[in-house]
Amino acid sequence: MEKVMQGNYAIARGAWEAGAKVACAYPGTPSSEILFAIANQYKDDIYAEWSPNEKVALEVASGASFAGARAIACMKHVGLNVASDPFMTLSYTGVKGGLVIVVADDPYSHSSQNEQDSRHWARFGKVPILEPSDSQECKDFTKIAFEISEQFDTPVLLRSETRVSHSFSPVKLEERKESTIPLGLNVKDAPKYTMIPIYVRVRRQFVEERMKKLEAFSDEFQHNMMEINDSKIGVITSGICYPYTKEIFPDHSYLKLGMVWPLPKKLITQFFKKVEKVIIVEQLDPFLETEIRAIGFKVYHGKDVTPPIYEFSPDVIEKSLKGKRYRPPKERVNVEDLPKRPPNLCSGCSHRPLFYVLKKLGLFVFGDIGCYTLATAPPLNAIHTTTCMGAGVGEAFGASKALGKEGLGKICAVIGDSTFLHAGITPLMDVVYNKGNSTTLILDNETTGMTGLQEHPGTGFTIRGEPTHRVDFEELAKALGVKHVRKVDPYNIKEAMEIIKEEVERDEPSVIITVNGPCMLHRREKRKFEHPFYTVDPDQCRGCGLCLEIGCPAISWKEVCGEEALTKDGQKRKGVVQINSLQCPGCSVCYQICKFEAIIPGKA
Amino acid sequence: MKDNVTNVLLSGVGGQGTILASDILCTVFHENGYDVKKSEVHGMAQRGGDVTTHFRFGKKVYSPLIKCGEVDYLLSFELLEGFRYINWVKDNGKVILNNQEINPPVVNLGKTEYPKNVVGTFKKFFNGNVFIVYGLEIASEIGDPRIVNIVMLGAFSNFFEIEEEIWERSLLQHLPQKVQELNLSAFRRGRNAL
Repeated sequence: MEKVMQGNYAIARGAWEAGAKVACAYPGTPSSEILFAIANQYKDDIYAEWSPNEKVALEVASGASFAGARAIACMKHVGLNVASDPFMTLSYTGVKGGLVIVVADDPYSHSSQNEQDSRHWARFGKVPILEPSDSQECKDFTKIAFEISEQFDTPVLLRSETRVSHSFSPVKLEERKESTIPLGLNVKDAPKYTMIPIYVRVRRQFVEERMKKLEAFSDEFQHNMMEINDSKIGVITSGICYPYTKEIFPDHSYLKLGMVWPLPKKLITQFFKKVEKVIIVEQLDPFLETEIRAIGFKVYHGKDVTPPIYEFSPDVIEKSLKGKRYRPPKERVNVEDLPKRPPNLCSGCSHRPLFYVLKKLGLFVFGDIGCYTLATAPPLNAIHTTTCMGAGVGEAFGASKALGKEGLGKICAVIGDSTFLHAGITPLMDVVYNKGNSTTLILDNETTGMTGLQEHPGTGFTIRGEPTHRVDFEELAKALGVKHVRKVDPYNIKEAMEIIKEEVERDEPSVIITVNGPCMLHRREKRKFEHPFYTVDPDQCRGCGLCLEIGCPAISWKEVCGEEALTKDGQKRKGVVQINSLQCPGCSVCYQICKFEAIIPGKA
Repeated sequence: MKDNVTNVLLSGVGGQGTILASDILCTVFHENGYDVKKSEVHGMAQRGGDVTTHFRFGKKVYSPLIKCGEVDYLLSFELLEGFRYINWVKDNGKVILNNQEINPPVVNLGKTEYPKNVVGTFKKFFNGNVFIVYGLEIASEIGDPRIVNIVMLGAFSNFFEIEEEIWERSLLQHLPQKVQELNLSAFRRGRNAL
């Protein structure tokens, strides 16, 4: 049977068919759907969990592997930075049950804070890496990765990327086969799994021998495919670059690498003998090119013509490789001048009033990873740093130490509920332990919003929707030693302003937690607003534009002239605002801001 | 072989349901024996940003992305988002536009104007190959303005010789039971709109 599947769903299917028993992840675009699919479609056969972060996800998966089960941990590219500590040493311990780590890159940073190329982890960690180019390969390579893992006693990386993870293509479905490795732990295996120096040195040798064996395997690997057509030009490529290049240059010869580390040196040598000139097409860094040049081969074209940054497409490859022969499509309209449409906080979002308050207080806001990064855009302009998960808490603390008393009342950190549990607890501990005075705002929207509403330890539900213990943020902050923990209703602007002002000015650590502000897209939790929507009284609106400062998608500006350019009581105005009642959920933030009582409750 | 591939570009605003519409397209054409590939960008897209989906079908499809200038059908759920891709369409390509304007933030703030005469510009370049659907009006008449995506899918189904039954069966596969009736009537109204 064949089914059209998203790449991420195909990876999930591959894990199921391979007999995996444990699957762990922290959500991150473009990888999030893998665990969602496993938890929804294969829950009877695979234990699935949203882990608090990627490090924990990999550790849980590796524990299952040590016990003999096939296990998979999934993350986005920057997630592997978090999980890199166990990753680098798991290369030494090796596995018992197959251990596959899916890492999904995001060229062009569609939803990420950087554009790193995860292939380097394979060379750095001395483990093999497979790179699928469509959904069928996503499934097949996941299964092969488990086999390689067990055969060579190594974790295996499966590198996806946005255009593979989020593309759909047909996949042939097969049945699940249970692993033949018996479950169980044996204390005699301690030298394999206990990385103290004396055992490390033994395993260190094993790693080198393993990589040699893997290189020999790579030369024979059926998914390192040579395709000889016209012998004038041969292209070495992998992953999504293969279908793009093949689309534009169907007659070139190809060496398509399914395994990009270790490199199949013999196969590459054969390819160079069969074609006259070799072009290397790879997205992001010159990973293959550097290695192939290092072997001593002469590469005709590589990063001298293809860009080392951003995402590729058939257009980019055609333009790069054709050079002067490239003919661009004709331009009918200059679309660069059209108004852009960046993503925005949803109408009614509880982050909007909160960031309006931070802006009004004139604070420098150390941000974090989540929807609230959208508050950095105009007109809110209320996030001033974003580095990585959990960074804002430590950064605000560091800035306050640098500025001393001068910083009081001028700085705060904001972090989401899921992000706080991922990486915000330890820096908050540091604030208290090292006698800081910074203020941390936990914006609790009761879900992992940006990546598509995943559960986490603070929601009280597992990935399967089963009720579980719910972390209490207030108790947690107090246990870390924070004496001043306040709760604030983000939709009450006046109260939020007072509480936040008081806490940022306090010369002691403090935490402010938003309450009753669930994500507007939340399926389970809903904030009940007093009125179904708000509307504008055109007689009262003076067109001051104050309500436009919150950047709500439901509020828009309309220029007026003639009679309309005067309010009822004779005040001049250039325009009025209007509220789209279909988009307005009635959060009342604009109503609270308006100074002229021009915004009034609507009736359903 | 390349000539066998048909390219469809769907564009709209996050939350308009372009992704569901393209999922259904995948099922329909795959069931009709075609190789299919589709690609979309989401993640932050649900939050009101622009969304595009590339959908390709044919005997053998390599790239999940369409080349600029090679679009056979532009199916646009919003005027500005259709306009943004006017250069992507082949000279003899067909353009199906939902006649709806959703202001981007800069227009809401009064800093710039929504582009004027989008439909007229399309007609200037594509003459009789421009098809206008009053999707929001139709969806509102049925009783749910959010169902514009399925109205548009219904209109789009007219361009292919695929039985209505296959379209409707694929549509139902992608939807929970409680909204199936509503979506079926949206599809049929859309199909009759052109």
